[in-house]
Amino acid sequence: MATKMYAGKPVEVNDEGFFLDKEAWTKDMAPEIAKEVGIDALGDKHYDVIEYIRKRVAAGEQLSMRGMGKSGVVDLKEFYQLFPGKPLKYATRISGVPKPTSCV
Amino acid sequence: MRRLLILGAGTAGTIMANKLRKDLPTHAWEITIVDEDREHLYQPGLLFIPFGIYKKEDVLKPKANFLPRGVNRIFEGFQKIEPESNKVILNSGKELHYDLLIIATGTRVAPEETPGLKGELWYKDVFDFYTLEGSLALARKLRDWEGGKLVVNIADMPIKCPVAPLEFAFLADWFFQERGIRDKVEIYYVTPMSGAFTKPKASAILSGILEQKHIHVIGDFFLGEVNNEEKKIVDFGGAEVDFDLLVSVPLHMGQQAIIDSGIGDDFGFVPTDKFTLQARDHENIFVLGDASNIPTSKAGSVVHFASEVLHENILCAIDGRPMTASFDGHANCYIETGFGNAALLDFNYDTEPTTGTFPLPGVGPFTLLSESKANHYGKLIFRWIYWHILLKGKELPVSNKMSLAGKDI
Repeated sequence: MATKMYAGKPVEVNDEGFFLDKEAWTKDMAPEIAKEVGIDALGDKHYDVIEYIRKRVAAGEQLSMRGMGKSGVVDLKEFYQLFPGKPLKYATRISGVPKPTSCV
Repeated sequence: MRRLLILGAGTAGTIMANKLRKDLPTHAWEITIVDEDREHLYQPGLLFIPFGIYKKEDVLKPKANFLPRGVNRIFEGFQKIEPESNKVILNSGKELHYDLLIIATGTRVAPEETPGLKGELWYKDVFDFYTLEGSLALARKLRDWEGGKLVVNIADMPIKCPVAPLEFAFLADWFFQERGIRDKVEIYYVTPMSGAFTKPKASAILSGILEQKHIHVIGDFFLGEVNNEEKKIVDFGGAEVDFDLLVSVPLHMGQQAIIDSGIGDDFGFVPTDKFTLQARDHENIFVLGDASNIPTSKAGSVVHFASEVLHENILCAIDGRPMTASFDGHANCYIETGFGNAALLDFNYDTEPTTGTFPLPGVGPFTLLSESKANHYGKLIFRWIYWHILLKGKELPVSNKMSLAGKDI
């Protein structure tokens, strides 16, 4: 566990940088987290994905790569282009939600 | 007469039928259980079949043997649940009305969802071991396989028993040493997770065991397709891993009838309150086991612990009282590591697996997150416990709530 500063505010994160409390997240933190995973700028499409992820998590639903593919927001090819390398991991981290629970 | 309907006579449905028939008077409650298969498959045993440790007859028994008297049994599939009119339509068109419904329809592997997985190499060089046919076919393959690159791949989470693919890799290492061809076999473990397991402490220790056994790990790999011509798996981002023999854990989905009923998520899992186990959208429907979308492992141990919570909550619901029991996500898994050893994980929604002793603090006999012979015997003895105690809904000396006692926290 660690405390990080995003948008000038202290935030509790786990060892991998995932927010412990998704309510601590604000939109202006997203670009700073994105930089840490090598994404220099976030566009509208990034924010569509972030909004979708936060909605799903708020509804208590599980996120998975397949789910993203069926989200209607992005297809998997776009998802990889938007968040290169580890899209699900990076997108959830930037969205300020806990690590996807499908991983149990 | 009120009617309780249970869909599915696997681990979850069978346990609930046994528990509830005891409590609900036969003059007031009719209980009916529906399943399309007559045989109960001991799923943990599938892991041992490819290595010739268990045979088909070790993992199959008639479902009827485990269902109590006074429960109607219908061995037939169903087409649809209609929650608005409180009824289920069977394949034959017959309608079953219910006052309370328990969905215990489990999950199934769906290799057809991944392009090329069920291609021309299926059951030749590409196998699953999560079905009886798959594990039997793989047993025949492994018996005289001459070696090469073995790739164990998980397509995507969630899957049943998330440690089983790891156990497969560990047992393969042991099996090929016994056969004297370990030097001719490369073992790769290719997973969508970032490491061996998602929970960090367990992942670190399990990664250590993988390394000792010279099993290579490739993480963050989400299976997009299987290329049969070039014998390689390709992830959605374009990364490739070639194989001589692919042991795949295909995508998992809920039953088609759940999807057709419009009560599942995109993958056919029923949105369920993770504490009360009540279906999110329907007060008189409860969901137990792999069929739900609750964020814990899809595993028999979870079903066992959750069944005690569901039992209490259903009795509350029947009496019109607020539900008093809350599930903590407790899971408990033995991990076979080969050479007569096993490790053990015990965790819940909030506490990740850690080291220590189980179930008695300081005594064990089982050791958490480290290898021991006792754990291995625990796993083997468990098959007897499963058939004779667990399915019958009897009490086991292990609390459904995860305990922190004996854990090194």
